[in-house]
Amino acid sequence: MPDADKKQTAHRALVDRVLNGDGKASPELRARAFSNADIPTPLQALIGKVATRPAQVTDADVAAAKASGFTEDQIFELVIAAAVGQSARLYEAGLAALAEANDGGGAG
Amino acid sequence: MRLDILNHGYSPGAKLLFAVIRMFSGHPLPDAAKVVFYRPGFYGTQATKFTHEAMRGPSAWSVADRELMAAFVSKVNECAFCVGAHTATAGQAYHDHAKVQAVLADLESAPVEAGLRATLRMLGKLTREGKLGAEDVREVLSAGVSRQQVEDALAVCAAFNMTNRLADVFGFELLSPEASEAGAKYLLKRGYQ
Repeated sequence: MPDADKKQTAHRALVDRVLNGDGKASPELRARAFSNADIPTPLQALIGKVATRPAQVTDADVAAAKASGFTEDQIFELVIAAAVGQSARLYEAGLAALAEANDGGGAG
Repeated sequence: MRLDILNHGYSPGAKLLFAVIRMFSGHPLPDAAKVVFYRPGFYGTQATKFTHEAMRGPSAWSVADRELMAAFVSKVNECAFCVGAHTATAGQAYHDHAKVQAVLADLESAPVEAGLRATLRMLGKLTREGKLGAEDVREVLSAGVSRQQVEDALAVCAAFNMTNRLADVFGFELLSPEASEAGAKYLLKRGYQ
């Protein structure tokens, strides 16, 4: 299935770039934002909401991150890492369910 | 947008491009398109490659179906910017705005074929609950959807779960109806890259 491979390859390249490429936030911090785990306190409100309820992010959440000394470039990277992380988990969960459904299919 | 760098931090080349687009289209470039020009090496280049592949690459789903999936996932995420943009794009692609509105208002009673309905239901569950079981996928397969189509739909879902988040968190400015239609026309002509 070359087309699927192409999509998944492009997705893997994106994840790799966001986690391991050059950036202003450390790869460790980006990895934590990606996994939404062990987030430094001033970033918790913002990053937690990016992952689970992005529509509820407020100006105050972003302001709190800035006030604690994170630069806009770092916030840019960490928000992206958190968004790509949540999306990657959904993608993986969906593909795993598809793999698991392998033998039980009906008319497909 | 909430970060000044996303309003003013672009390279001179990008700024020139934004000005040219504004001059020719009569609309400012939507924030969703602007963001990928900010330090494109970090996110934009790879993200647009993946999104374009998911939305415009070869698939048994039509472009219209995939745009509808994008609008539907955006609706589940309550992302007003993306709902507006992709409702317009799906409506243009189907030449049927009412169909798209019906799906977003009530998937179960909307006039779409069983396979597409089951697929949208699956993407909604995955987006809302963050998990999916084999039985959920089996329901889609038994509605006549191929395994490859499930895989393709999951890629659309992944692309929009990223973009929806950035739209909400960075605070993309909502498009006017005219700008949505102009953006939709562009997306149908050129895609995402």
